[in-house]
Amino acid sequence: MDPLLSGDIGLAAVLIVLLKVVVAFTVLMLGVMAMVWFERKLIADMQNRIGPNRAGPFGILQTLADGLKLMFKEDLEPERSDPFVFKLAPFLALIPAFLVFAVIPVAGNFSDGADGVVTMFGHETFMQVADPQMGILFVLAMSSVAVYGVMLAGWSSGSKYPLLGSVRASAQMVSYEASLGLSVAAVLLFSGTLSTNGIVAGQSGGQWNLWMTALVPFVIFIVSATAELNRPPFDLVEAEQELVGGFHTEYSSFRFALFFLAEFLNTVTMSAVIVTLFLGGPSGPIPDWAPGWASDFVLPLIYFFAKLLIFLFMFVWFRATLPRFRYDQLMDLGWKFLIPLSLGWFLILTSVKVAIDIGWNPVLTGAVTAAVVALGGLMLRSAVRTAAARHQAADPLTDQAILGSDAGGGGL
Amino acid sequence: MGYLDGFKVTFKKWAGTRTDSGRRVTMEYPEQVRPKPVRFHGRHVLNRYEDGMEKCIGCELCAGVCPARCIYVRGADNDPEDPTSPGERFGFVYEINYLRCIHCDLCVEACPTEAITETKLFEFAFTNRDDAIYTKDELLVGDDGRPQELPWENWAGGFDPAEDTSGWMRATAPAGDHRFEGVVGWSGELGYGVRDPEGGQPLDAERRAEAARALAHAHDVESHGHDDHDDHDAAGGHH
Repeated sequence: MDPLLSGDIGLAAVLIVLLKVVVAFTVLMLGVMAMVWFERKLIADMQNRIGPNRAGPFGILQTLADGLKLMFKEDLEPERSDPFVFKLAPFLALIPAFLVFAVIPVAGNFSDGADGVVTMFGHETFMQVADPQMGILFVLAMSSVAVYGVMLAGWSSGSKYPLLGSVRASAQMVSYEASLGLSVAAVLLFSGTLSTNGIVAGQSGGQWNLWMTALVPFVIFIVSATAELNRPPFDLVEAEQELVGGFHTEYSSFRFALFFLAEFLNTVTMSAVIVTLFLGGPSGPIPDWAPGWASDFVLPLIYFFAKLLIFLFMFVWFRATLPRFRYDQLMDLGWKFLIPLSLGWFLILTSVKVAIDIGWNPVLTGAVTAAVVALGGLMLRSAVRTAAARHQAADPLTDQAILGSDAGGGGL
Repeated sequence: MGYLDGFKVTFKKWAGTRTDSGRRVTMEYPEQVRPKPVRFHGRHVLNRYEDGMEKCIGCELCAGVCPARCIYVRGADNDPEDPTSPGERFGFVYEINYLRCIHCDLCVEACPTEAITETKLFEFAFTNRDDAIYTKDELLVGDDGRPQELPWENWAGGFDPAEDTSGWMRATAPAGDHRFEGVVGWSGELGYGVRDPEGGQPLDAERRAEAARALAHAHDVESHGHDDHDDHDAAGGHH
């Protein structure tokens, strides 16, 4: 709970909250602009191109120019669209993306068990817009709401391609949310709190959840997050070659810009979530002699944005490198690999955690659990195989894809 | 590392952006201009003789052969006192619609007087469909034989007559010379852009016969493995 809001709430507290909201909003907007430019420049470099270089120095104002252009474009509304939902959808996509950032701690001293409290105009507070008890659940909830934006956009357009794109989107996002949630659960196991501030505070002194959860949930989270963001290689939602523009095919003008903005905003906020969950947010080495302003604001901000930049780079790198998944491959990866793996890993971590808490040998306990999980996995696998074989025997014409094997695949 | 090799490639390209391994293949276009290919076809010009007379005789063969139907010509009789072109008739109206032109160069081949040829100029833009129709005033070359620089055209790359005149190909016999029948050769336009024939297109019968003999000899030496297409190529010889 933010100490600012624990006692009597005076005018100063309200003003500080307002200030934080405005600053967060502005920084995020500018950050998205920078992100669009960064992505285009970086991917151009990776593809031996030059990239935007006309608007402003190094083309840094390119996003602004694009935004202005979109604002002056004609705002089309398809005849068969559902007008209210059609207009609502872009905001459903954009607003959750903004809201997620509210729970991200961006600065504050987290070294040596400090809880990140900073003093602002004589009031103690956290360097995040809000620190609700349900912190990370809020992030998951908002990313679920964002699915509605995409889905309703596709549905309300009254057109085929957007509908196909949105059906894909909802299936994909629902699938990957499971493994995303399970890898978050692994983090929560060690932090013991849902509050983002608490999660970051629990990682002080270099005890990043990245190591504590033994890397696997981190990797699963990154893959699932990429799928959640509909970014390449999981951008089937807007696969240009197949679906024109996907769910936003019928959108133009500023409504399209909102989707565009939401997409990049989500990338930034999701990177921030990764940093918060696994890399200790703004925590980092802070020397004792550093003055208050440096240890509370400057250094943590630098740490936070440096870590953020790594993941922004990573997402662009993915895009430059990996070709798009086929739909059945996407579903296979999600349901048959990531979900079992994250579930199994979660069980192993749970046993290790319990062993530490009640004083058993954690290594032995972990090994036993791993063996049991592996055994269970093998049994499940053979059961699936047997069922598939029986199914095949009963009706040879049935597509193998229903119960496994990579051959063919029903997809959209 | 099989799955991760791709990441290595893109990372190297990024890290080596300013070195040779990641060298940029695109250019800063309007400032830097890529040299145009030899056979590049751009917009047309209507040529004149050195005394200033127009070459066009208004015969409409170009309009007739145009597959895109983008040329409109109307001929008129020359004023005997003040002729526009040598001979009886001249091109009174000459218009090319560049929204339709496919730059196939058939008009150039059809022209009996080499009045219409192409340049390599292609950088022009319009805000109005009517503006896309070039009239005779715009197509005619100036007194120096160079195309006119029109206000909506971008000549940032400069205009070098020797380079930027489209060396067009003669697939038929100009001036009725049988030796050129079926032989592709370059034609100069108003003295500009004259090029040696490309390899594989000997101009005189003797060199051709010599090549044929060499080919026959080569066939004796090696086993028969060539098809007709190869023979044709080899007959030309490569200079």
